Amino acid sequence: MSSLTRKDLLSKDFLSIFRRSFKTSTWLGWKIESNWTDPFLFAVYSIIKPLSGAAIIVVMYSVIAQGNYDTPYFAFLYFGNAFFQYVGSVMTGVSWAIVDDREHYKTLKYMYVAPIQMPTYLLGRGMARILVGTLSVFITILGGILFLNVPFHFSEVNWLLFAVTFVLGIIALINMGLILAGVTLMLARHSDFVGDAVASSMFLFTGAIFPITSLPVVLQPIGYALPTTYWLELIRRALIGNVVDAFPTFAGFSNLQLLGILTAFALVLSIVSNRIFKACEHRAREQGLIDRVTNY
Amino acid sequence: MEAENAVFTENLGRIYKIRGAKKNESKQLIALEGVNLSIRKGELFGLLGPNGAGKTTLIKILTTLLAPTSGKANVAGFDVYKEADEIRHHINMVSGGETSGYGLLTVKENLWMFSQFYGIDSKIANQRIKRLLEIVELSDRTNTKCAELSTGLRQKMNIIRGFLTDPEVLFLDEPTLGLDVGASRDVRKFIRTWIEEQPQRTVLLTTHYMVEADELCNRVAIINKGKVLACDTPTALKHTLRKDAIFNIEVNSEAPFSVDSLRKIAGVIRADKTEEDGFSRLEIVLKHESVLSSVIDEFHTLNLRIQNLQKREATLEDVFVALVGARMEEVEHAEFAED
Repeated sequence: MSSLTRKDLLSKDFLSIFRRSFKTSTWLGWKIESNWTDPFLFAVYSIIKPLSGAAIIVVMYSVIAQGNYDTPYFAFLYFGNAFFQYVGSVMTGVSWAIVDDREHYKTLKYMYVAPIQMPTYLLGRGMARILVGTLSVFITILGGILFLNVPFHFSEVNWLLFAVTFVLGIIALINMGLILAGVTLMLARHSDFVGDAVASSMFLFTGAIFPITSLPVVLQPIGYALPTTYWLELIRRALIGNVVDAFPTFAGFSNLQLLGILTAFALVLSIVSNRIFKACEHRAREQGLIDRVTNY
Repeated sequence: MEAENAVFTENLGRIYKIRGAKKNESKQLIALEGVNLSIRKGELFGLLGPNGAGKTTLIKILTTLLAPTSGKANVAGFDVYKEADEIRHHINMVSGGETSGYGLLTVKENLWMFSQFYGIDSKIANQRIKRLLEIVELSDRTNTKCAELSTGLRQKMNIIRGFLTDPEVLFLDEPTLGLDVGASRDVRKFIRTWIEEQPQRTVLLTTHYMVEADELCNRVAIINKGKVLACDTPTALKHTLRKDAIFNIEVNSEAPFSVDSLRKIAGVIRADKTEEDGFSRLEIVLKHESVLSSVIDEFHTLNLRIQNLQKREATLEDVFVALVGARMEEVEHAEFAED
């Protein structure tokens, strides 16, 4: 024990606080997400919600394409829409606890007074939504394969590319969620709309349901500046590689180059998000916003 | 000196910027001004003042929720501004009169969860929860969902949450607000027992109940409009009024009357009247007992019949009035009217 330096002790403390913050907040998040109804209804809800979300897109597509599902565009749209569900569930999953704890449960100040790491707490609170989101994505894709003839061939999937891309994307989204949480912390009013607004605007710019080259030229840079654009492109390349060939937005980039860009995004966001969150937290303390309840 | 103190503030101030009704219009509200406090380890310290006096602002600063705009403050030896993370290992807080808590969780789950955030072993936490639930008579609601509890019962649960982590410094902001008389009494008794169990435990309690401050606290600071006006033991504070003679007098009158003429008598410090069912209750503070004869003479002039006359000891309420020039409720009503 005496051979341990102060740095060792601090890092040991850091790990133990990380573990308890994450473990307990994940438990709390799961209780909140799943306990609002009985398990059967929760299961039904978890299946119906993603399928009805996908159905809206499919019906819209069907009207426009006059029922022709055998085009590469349908697969592009279907997978983009399915995986875009992660953007909402991860980003708002991480940031929503700020609104929920401050406005609804009125416990945010008690969380702040407790010796926990707030970013870890927020991540833990978001885990339940991330898990429910994963289930939604799985059900959406399964539904597409079983009922809509979405072209998916198990043997043609580049599983390694998928796994690496998936993890990098989730890391980027978690950190974007943390930035969103910081902004939410500073907004005492209407902060519950911020997450939805950001996720909705990303739906437009990130190439989820159409290639970003379809956007007006002045808006395309927004899409190129978002990590989710590269994430969705790589996810499609890994799962339905041949379909992507029909939409050559990133034709000049190899998988490795795109992975490099996504890795850079994930790294930068991991460093920047924590700092931005700390800065927002600092400002919220200065302005007395941590426990401000608007009663909206 | 700072090392012996659980809480130490020096010239602490907080100003809020409030947005006005018009665009670009803002005004400043001084919530705290030049607050100097030293709370020793092991002390049960009371902060007494009306609503809006700055008590909660001070608690928020000391619990690291709010940054001060001037001065400095230390809690458990750490600076509230620069070392907030360190402070959080040593403190806990309970705010009264609110309905915080996760409604979907049971009482036990809510409490257990907070214990885990503080790194308390699950077995020890469950033992503490059981004991504390028994003390505040909430054992029968252990497995009740928090959403099904009344405001008072939620308040009890929150009080347990504060004590559960066995903090070095516990901040209690109006802890008995919203509790019935019996529950308030039990909570006060428990606070006293808790602090006496361990000499290193410190409590900073804010209240606007005079009896609570008087009954519980080793020392009391009286605060109004963001300034600490006096700080001493309740006995010493009351002792400052030892020369005053305070009387509660019940009188009957056939016609309405004013106490203005009583106030004009030389030696009368204060004369207040409250109307009761069928009689008037007067509270008269005199510089000396000998002034009482002049007061009774004025009663004859006003055609007042004395029903009851009682001399009483000074209370913290009297101290507050002597310092501020108005009763606590009057200050609160004036604040409300200004808003």
